[in-house]
Amino acid sequence: MTVHLTHFSAAFVFALFASIVFGITHRETTRDMVRYGLYCFAMFMGGVLLAGWAMWLIRR
Amino acid sequence: MANQTTAKSKAAEPAQPVSTMSVIAPALGWLIPGAGHMIQKRWIRGVLLLVSIGTLFVLGLMMQGHIYKANGGDILDILGFIGDLGAGGLYITTLTMNWGQGAIAFAIADYGTKFMIVAGLLNFIAVADAYHIAIGKKQ
Repeated sequence: MTVHLTHFSAAFVFALFASIVFGITHRETTRDMVRYGLYCFAMFMGGVLLAGWAMWLIRR
Repeated sequence: MANQTTAKSKAAEPAQPVSTMSVIAPALGWLIPGAGHMIQKRWIRGVLLLVSIGTLFVLGLMMQGHIYKANGGDILDILGFIGDLGAGGLYITTLTMNWGQGAIAFAIADYGTKFMIVAGLLNFIAVADAYHIAIGKKQ
């Protein structure tokens, strides 16, 4: 069975699961874990969108 | 001067007791992602780690990613092997079943390879976290 993800969905899945692990392992309390996980996810996705738009601008 | 600093830092940090749990939790956590947390009754964290690392690794395989074997060749191949090795039982099962041996034919397959390496590296972090819980450094 083969899975074909788009570039964006692959980045989304990667950011989601990596953020969960970072949140759990890098903070002490549950509240801090959730906050740090959300922060990491936002940074991952923000980086993806920023890089995507930068490449779009370079291509033009 | 340097010796004094080293001596002070050694005195400030008490030696961590080596308990059975501090050996079993990381070993089990390496073999089964999240199990090092579950054995210490951190059920939710353990399940989340298992789902996250497991899904990344399995998705990588399903995206036709390549799995690295022990090798002494190119430095990137060696680093790929170290990353894959972190996934523990998932890596051993994959090798045993002879999965992930295809050539990388398209971009998404290369993503799959990276997914599996990152899953292994994330499991290394989870193992270190399980150890810190076992020695009482973290709740």
